Amino acid sequence: MSDIKSIHIVDTTLRDGSHAVSHQFTAEQIAAIAGGLDAAGVEYIEVSHGDGLAGSSYNYGWAALGDAEMLKAASEAIKKGKLTVLLLPGIGTVEDLKMAADCGAKVVRVATHVTEADIGEQHIGLAKKLGMMAVGFLMMCHMAPPEKVVEQAKLFESYGADYINIADSAGAMLPEDVKARVGAVVEAVKVPVGFHAHNNLTLATANALAAVEAGATFLDGACRGLGAGAGNAQTEALIGVLDKLGYHTGVDFYKIMDVAEDIVEPIMHRPQVVRNAPLMLGYAGVYSSFLLHTYRAAEKFNLDPRDILVELGRRRMVGGQEDMIVDVAYQLAQMRGGN
Amino acid sequence: MDKVKVAVIGPGNIGSDLMYKILRSRHLEMALMTGIVESEGIKRARNMGIKTSIEGVNAVLAEDDIKIVFDATGARPHLQHAPLLKEAGKIAIDLTPAAVGPYVVPCVNLDKVKAEPNLNMVTCGGQATVPIVYAINRVAGARYAEIVACIASKSAGPGTRQNIDEFTQTTARALEVVGGAKKGKAIIILNPAEPPIMMHNTVYVEVEKPDLTAIRASVEAIVKEIQSYVPGYRLVVPPILDDNKVTVAVEVEGAGDFLPKYSGNLDIITSAAVAVAERLAQMTLLKEGVA
Repeated sequence: MSDIKSIHIVDTTLRDGSHAVSHQFTAEQIAAIAGGLDAAGVEYIEVSHGDGLAGSSYNYGWAALGDAEMLKAASEAIKKGKLTVLLLPGIGTVEDLKMAADCGAKVVRVATHVTEADIGEQHIGLAKKLGMMAVGFLMMCHMAPPEKVVEQAKLFESYGADYINIADSAGAMLPEDVKARVGAVVEAVKVPVGFHAHNNLTLATANALAAVEAGATFLDGACRGLGAGAGNAQTEALIGVLDKLGYHTGVDFYKIMDVAEDIVEPIMHRPQVVRNAPLMLGYAGVYSSFLLHTYRAAEKFNLDPRDILVELGRRRMVGGQEDMIVDVAYQLAQMRGGN
Repeated sequence: MDKVKVAVIGPGNIGSDLMYKILRSRHLEMALMTGIVESEGIKRARNMGIKTSIEGVNAVLAEDDIKIVFDATGARPHLQHAPLLKEAGKIAIDLTPAAVGPYVVPCVNLDKVKAEPNLNMVTCGGQATVPIVYAINRVAGARYAEIVACIASKSAGPGTRQNIDEFTQTTARALEVVGGAKKGKAIIILNPAEPPIMMHNTVYVEVEKPDLTAIRASVEAIVKEIQSYVPGYRLVVPPILDDNKVTVAVEVEGAGDFLPKYSGNLDIITSAAVAVAERLAQMTLLKEGVA
């Protein structure tokens, strides 16, 4: 083992953070954040609607800008880093991926539910053909045992994925859960492994470290943790912590703190703290992006958002099923004789 | 004999489910099941006393009295079958994504396309959601329609998985072409929960005239029509209005003929295909009766 170990940082302020601002980033904000991240030395800068390319919709929320406008705004501001996009098969298509490549995207993370990697084969294949880096991104990994995560990671590897990202999309994992899954995948595949944390149980940084201990070499973060639910691991905090542990990230600690405080914080709609509903997301194992949609449904149907989240967890809803929030709220309201 | 002879090409899950439904039909006679290799599906059909062949489309072409042919193979084979069947004067009901002929959704546009030699069954999500969009459009005007179809992982075969974009693109087009929306968008989600979930579809429509009473009546009427050929089709969230956005949710439980009940997504497309064939058969029988 060499003394200096490197961790690749993927900042997703402009993708997962899109959820926290209800997908209302403007071109100026995107350019400022992407430019700041790039100047701070962040290697991968993810920019997309929160639900990936073509995510702008009734179901997931309309974005202020089209995908191409967002990507162009970021692309023009990035000099060294790699513009990264997220694509959820079933929402985005190969046509969207071609558009992203034309707009300067160099990396695509193809995200599927932890048991459904095979729906991403064609998108990984196209990315490789386009000369892009392709990442197999497994969402909601808390819902599957390590053996299943391994099986699906190997599928992504067989399609040509350049690394596998294990995502705790519900912020439901404890550090032991992270170690078990990341460790098993590191053992089983030849490509690098990354981890995407959510802070619903206030464990985002601890879980990111657990992932590193288990062999992960890519970590996701967002400035000020901006993201779905209680947000992600806080990029600037991760940089400080990794630095203290002797890891090299290539990211300047002061500069990334400045991006967080001077550029990101002023545009946040609310502080990224663990309120009761996001805490319930983590506790009940519910997809973090459901949070703001759940608040709206709770208000419309006069319900406690926690009740909706618990029912969604009980029904084992997966990422992307935002439509079920209204369905569940409607049924809960009917049962209570409301509305 | 007051039945029209039909054949099924492709003895897989869809083909086998079609066979059970055809066997129950008053107007269709299950005359032939063909594949290209000896398979479980071929064996099953043979054991049920149905004529089988492993000569694929050629076996169908060799039989003049077969008038209607269900193609449950794949897009590529159907592109080869389509011209041959047309030349032989047989009507093709295409359950593949090939879309050689126009899309058909029985309760919406069958009358318009019934004279076509080749009819495409869209997608499972299309069969479940296009009628709702159509029903809303006819009373309120649909500027935009978006659907989210969620199906049980177990019920999504390798064909769907390897080309999931085909689902979103075809369904979106059908929302426009058949449903009447000015613009369409489709999303598909696979959920692996055990026990498997029923097929669930949410339909969002941006309307020109937000008249909830008219929209509810129109949607309820079309749901009854769909139930006449898909008994497991249910309205779970009746139309809700937010400004000019209508939200509707429907669930589809399969009939459990050959496929399990949670495969409502497959049941709705085979049921719709058989409903189309029955209409065409009635027309043929009527013509023969007159002649």
